[in-house]
Amino acid sequence: MNIDNWIRENTFHHSAFEDLGKLVEEKEKQNLKISLCIPTLNEEKTIGKEIVLFNSELMTRFPLLDEIAVIDSGSKDKTLEVAGSFGADTYLASDILPHLDNKKGKGENLWKAIYQLDGDIIVYIDADIKNIHPRFVYGLLAPLIYNKKTKYVKAFYDRPLAFSEGIRPSGGGRVTEILIRPLFSLFFPELSAIIQPLSGEYAAKREVLEKLSFPIGYGVETAHLLDIYREYGMEAFAQTDLDQRVHRNQETISLGKMAFGILQTFLHRMKSYGMMTDIPELSTILRQFQAHDDVFESIEQEIIEEERPPMITVPEYLKKRGNK
Amino acid sequence: MKDKMSEILNSIPKMEENLKAIRDVLLTNLVMLGEIPSPTFHEQPRMNFLVNRFNQYNLINCSTDEIGNGLGILPGKTGEKNILLVAHMDSEYAEKTDHTISIQPNSVTGPGVADNALGLAVIASLPYILEKLGIELNSNLVLMGSARSLGAGNLEGIRFFLDNTDINISTGLSVEGVRLGRLSNSAVGMARCEVHYWVPEGYDWTQFGAVSSIVTVNEFINRILEIPTPNRPSTNIVFSSISSGRGFSKVSTEAELKFEIQSESEEMVEQLLQQINNIAIEIASKTASRVVVKELSRRKPGGIDFSHPLVTNARRIMEVMDIKPRITPSMSELSAFIDAGIPALTIGISSFETIEKSAESVKIDPMYKGIAQLISLLIAIDKGYCDEY
Repeated sequence: MNIDNWIRENTFHHSAFEDLGKLVEEKEKQNLKISLCIPTLNEEKTIGKEIVLFNSELMTRFPLLDEIAVIDSGSKDKTLEVAGSFGADTYLASDILPHLDNKKGKGENLWKAIYQLDGDIIVYIDADIKNIHPRFVYGLLAPLIYNKKTKYVKAFYDRPLAFSEGIRPSGGGRVTEILIRPLFSLFFPELSAIIQPLSGEYAAKREVLEKLSFPIGYGVETAHLLDIYREYGMEAFAQTDLDQRVHRNQETISLGKMAFGILQTFLHRMKSYGMMTDIPELSTILRQFQAHDDVFESIEQEIIEEERPPMITVPEYLKKRGNK
Repeated sequence: MKDKMSEILNSIPKMEENLKAIRDVLLTNLVMLGEIPSPTFHEQPRMNFLVNRFNQYNLINCSTDEIGNGLGILPGKTGEKNILLVAHMDSEYAEKTDHTISIQPNSVTGPGVADNALGLAVIASLPYILEKLGIELNSNLVLMGSARSLGAGNLEGIRFFLDNTDINISTGLSVEGVRLGRLSNSAVGMARCEVHYWVPEGYDWTQFGAVSSIVTVNEFINRILEIPTPNRPSTNIVFSSISSGRGFSKVSTEAELKFEIQSESEEMVEQLLQQINNIAIEIASKTASRVVVKELSRRKPGGIDFSHPLVTNARRIMEVMDIKPRITPSMSELSAFIDAGIPALTIGISSFETIEKSAESVKIDPMYKGIAQLISLLIAIDKGYCDEY
């Protein structure tokens, strides 16, 4: 597939989908149910606004969403209390499928949402977006609703106009440009057309999500792209420009951890696809350094990219869904 | 004799309770309007959003005008009267300010939320609120976001509309985000001015009178402070802002001072302005500096009487709701209504926790009271209870 053609035909701007009445009409014609999942960990400052805006614009005024759920990893602040006070369904990830061993990570919450929520489509939105707007949701849902072949829609972002120090655009972020895009260009050139492969906002059809295994940590977005591409090809993807996303900047040292986790996921995939056969056992220890005056000190951190199996293999899920 | 207001007053507690159901729509409008930067003269993006909202609620005549006001009309059953509800769209915050708003269970915080994103959000949400409450008025409601209100805007938007519209406005209500209890039925006279001093480069600093433009403007302020201002008519000179200088090692050569003369008497405003002009020129000549005094805006004093039925009924509504009225003269849109001879009030919607630079915070709970107060007053106006006989 020609990358430029794919971009032309599958890349949208959210403004193309502003007619929410029309979008809801199409959703209802197809008898679709749509769930919004917001994975959280200590997000009391931003969660209230997200719930209020989505509830008012996308449930009360235009019934695009059928449920808004917050799935929390065990916040120490009042994230769930605030979300609940504004009418969201709130869950502690560890309370969903509680007999499973407890794992903490965003991917865990996303995976458990497949079990807990009822939508034929699930849209995932991070909770730390300062400039949240309904476009974040409808911009991702519309390509799935209007095009039956589309199964997974990724967000990408333009640069913020002007914001204070410490805030940066996530479009073309450092990990994407230094790690992911070079890797995709080397091994899966077509996937390099995904402008922002690591964005935390995406929407997907249940039929796809339930067949994916989920890394619980940093690698979840990369794993999704690789596995969906392998199964369905580029035809399954679309991407929507949501203009701007303002969130807190991350320090380079944190990005190192992210890159380490993603690289584990990527190399494991390469091995399982049979594209790299001689990969040795991978270390799970990341070594970084800090300096005190003239003394350099190594910091070791264990980062294990555990994975949850495809939800469709979980007996409780099959039972709940009536073996659909 | 039966008290005609009693039905309205008795229905207030239930209305207040029912209004809790519209919280999310109101807060969403507050966030979405408030996060669009809207400095004076650059209100168009905020106006577009407002008019779009009016369109979505099927208002008629949704439009803008050459000044950039945003308008929509919610038609009444008979349309015999036209009530104008206005909130100014502009804010004091520059376009590049981070306009992010945050919502907590009890409050909404961000630049401009109190002045006046909340007032505008109420205007934007009113068609939805009235529909949800099942209230249909006989009068047409003309809903307006006014442009160019603050500072140098000098109420240009509302004045333009009132000067040029064919609609016969019977009553006006100006809606401000804060504070709940605000009740303005009159406006004081006002002249808003800017004084600019330039001290020439190469000035002989040993000369009498000044060592920098800062000292010059300081002398100017001291001389103004010597002017006796009367208690009757109540008169005040407010120094609003001052700027000068570029750092430690350079002598400042320019200084700018903004001030406002406020008085219940139009003549007193004029007299003080003359005096201050003379002082400015005298100091400039003594210090060999150049001065320009610019009058940015002028408002006439006036308003409706405290005993006008619009005021008395507004006070009765507040009393029933346990809201303590804060009777203050207004500098806002009310002045334009007064000039146009239209009975009008300014009222506030909520209370605020803090108003600092870029961090206004309005409380959520009092908003229900504020809106119930507004709607009750609207019903009273609609039924003719606020007309002067």
